[in-house]
Amino acid sequence: MTQTIIWTVAILTVLGLLLALILFWVARKFKVEEDPRIDEVEKVMPGANCGGCGFAGCRAFADAAVKATNLDNQYCPVGGDDVMQKVASILGFTVAKKAPQVAVVRCNGTCANRPRTNEYDGVQSCRVKAALYSGDTGCSYGCLGCGDCVAACQFGALSMNPETGLPVVDEEKCTACGACTKACPKHIIELRAKGPRGMREFVSCVNKDKGPVAKKACAAACIGCGLCAKTCQHGAITVTDNVAYIDFTKCKLCRECEAVCPTGAIHGVNFPKELDKEAVKKRIADRKAKAAEAAKAAAEATAAAAKPAEKKEVANG
Amino acid sequence: MGKLTFSMGGVHPHDSKFARERAIEELPLPQTVYVSMAQHLGAPAKPVVAVGDKVKVGQVLAEPGGFISAFIHSPASGTVKSIAPRKDLAGNPVMHVEIAVEGDEWDPAIDRSTDLVTAIPEDKAAILDRIKACGVVGLGGATFPAHVKLNPAPGKVAECLIINGAECEPFLTSDYRIMVERPKEIVIGAAIMQKVLGGCKCVIGIEENKPEAIASMGAAVAELGYPGITVQPLKKRYPQGGEKQLIDAVMKRQVKSGGLPIDVGAVVQNVATSLAVYEAVQKNKPLITNVLTITGDKMPVERQHNYLFRIGVPLSFIVEHAGGIPDDAAKLISGGPMMGKAISNLDAATVKGSSSVLYLSEAATRRHPETNCIRCGKCADACPMGLEPFLLNRLYKAADLEALEKNAAQDCIECGCCLYSCPAHLPLLDNIRQAKGQVMGVIRARAAAAKAAAEAAKK
Repeated sequence: MTQTIIWTVAILTVLGLLLALILFWVARKFKVEEDPRIDEVEKVMPGANCGGCGFAGCRAFADAAVKATNLDNQYCPVGGDDVMQKVASILGFTVAKKAPQVAVVRCNGTCANRPRTNEYDGVQSCRVKAALYSGDTGCSYGCLGCGDCVAACQFGALSMNPETGLPVVDEEKCTACGACTKACPKHIIELRAKGPRGMREFVSCVNKDKGPVAKKACAAACIGCGLCAKTCQHGAITVTDNVAYIDFTKCKLCRECEAVCPTGAIHGVNFPKELDKEAVKKRIADRKAKAAEAAKAAAEATAAAAKPAEKKEVANG
Repeated sequence: MGKLTFSMGGVHPHDSKFARERAIEELPLPQTVYVSMAQHLGAPAKPVVAVGDKVKVGQVLAEPGGFISAFIHSPASGTVKSIAPRKDLAGNPVMHVEIAVEGDEWDPAIDRSTDLVTAIPEDKAAILDRIKACGVVGLGGATFPAHVKLNPAPGKVAECLIINGAECEPFLTSDYRIMVERPKEIVIGAAIMQKVLGGCKCVIGIEENKPEAIASMGAAVAELGYPGITVQPLKKRYPQGGEKQLIDAVMKRQVKSGGLPIDVGAVVQNVATSLAVYEAVQKNKPLITNVLTITGDKMPVERQHNYLFRIGVPLSFIVEHAGGIPDDAAKLISGGPMMGKAISNLDAATVKGSSSVLYLSEAATRRHPETNCIRCGKCADACPMGLEPFLLNRLYKAADLEALEKNAAQDCIECGCCLYSCPAHLPLLDNIRQAKGQVMGVIRARAAAAKAAAEAAKK
């Protein structure tokens, strides 16, 4: 009996030592050198693995960041500047602050604005619907309303408004990861600068049809009239393919375009005061009148200046 | 001769061919016709007329925009009013030539007599040229340019020309009517194609639910006496008229995944295409007319029609001419109930492939709420391509493109048998069609990358 116990203990001890040696050798031989900073960077990442940065997940982002020579090509939209600052301090880089962005739905084809022309009873998926036909309204560019963007959002920031039939972005929850912009087959969702205190101005329409066609399909469509582009003093608005676009890097939030838009396609959000259209229109009219006067005065001045010059020439001659 | 059919899958919907006894009537011309520049498979055609031009019936309006493309001719005489995008059947903008109709003046080169021309020209290249110049495309549904299909790549030999008279889609009767009313022209068209393909044998496949067509086509074949043409009755089963299914039924050969019918020595053309080939080669008449069925599940037979229409006539004009939309119609479909497309824009113009305006009642068309898959396997039994629709559906939802390709989502012919047979009313076809599109995108991207790499290696 004692003999058996001794043998058992001895064999197991020897076996354990032997295996430990093998493990030690394998661990030495096949050791994977990994930069410890990858772990550190991953720890400060949000850990959502949403892919909004363009990498497969937070670890892939961290891996790429450690290997990179600067952080110019990488940005975590979920974590924003805070996280990027932390990543930069770990890796010893510097990063410029980036304006926070938010998803913006550029369609205002509510049930009231955009009458339904037929009834869709197929699968409730925008992708399937878009592949079948142009949609259940006269507008072939606008929101299809099946909520592919809502399904794509991992942060619960999107929801369908049953009254309008359009998606609504919860600005608090939106991380600007861009998943919804990719999920939308009509490409109506855009990432735009959040703006100071959330104030921003955008054209809520992507309809490229000519004015009358667009207007017939939707009361709130951009008809490409170009009034906004003419009014804008900052060169922020361009009209291409019958639809206006506001460049948010140039927009100064003066809201003049919003006041002059005949269809109400331009939206301003989060402004403290409601837009007094008449006052803004008057302001524009006054400015135009002043400019016209100034131009007239300038023309007279040049004419006056030219006359003595002519006389001089005559005198010289 | 026994009745043949394909070897796997398929369903048996009620054939509902209510309009079968309605003889073909010629539809009058409206005031304006709209000719689409994208009414064939492949690259859209390029307009060769300008706004303000006077055109005659049969004059070329547009020339092919690529290798796989087709000529398009004017279906009416008049003045070109505009060349601009116009919404098609699905509401998407497509380039159209708008013609204000004035009178009915035909191009003098077209033989408009009804005399039968039985002598077939000798020169194969000339025949092919004529088919191409007349803009003939496959009228079975895919509208693939006929001259491309009838000119197999070097090294490929056609052993059998199959003329598709299956018309397996329920409701449609246009092919049936031309087989009953114009069998001789179809047989001559088949003989012409047979000649172009080098004198292979020719089988005209017709489903058993059309005994009159089998009889009339059989009589025409016997009377005209071209060698090597036979009429083959087929069992009634959907999708018998699918190209690969018909080859399986007639030749007992299966086209491999990603392959073409010519790989197994087959060329399939529809009976309507055969008629168009006859008119092109023997009468010099371009493809500007086709036959379309007006039918529905709750429609009295006297309101149903088979119309010979000019290609480019707006659907709304045809509907008005046929007495308007019936009250109990909930859905309008262009094509058959299985593969047709719902019409969301009735102002759309007819195209070469238009085969019907089908009115379905609420009861016939309403989708049932989907429930969970119960793994019964009915969809896999019904799939004529031997796919597993339930699996593809699941893989699509998981966005697993690699597995989708491995399970041959790209082989789906979109016949709708899976959806038709599913007791849980799952949107199998809708999802598999998406999956197919994604997989085809991957395959094309890979092929393009390989081609670019090969060219780079050459340099």
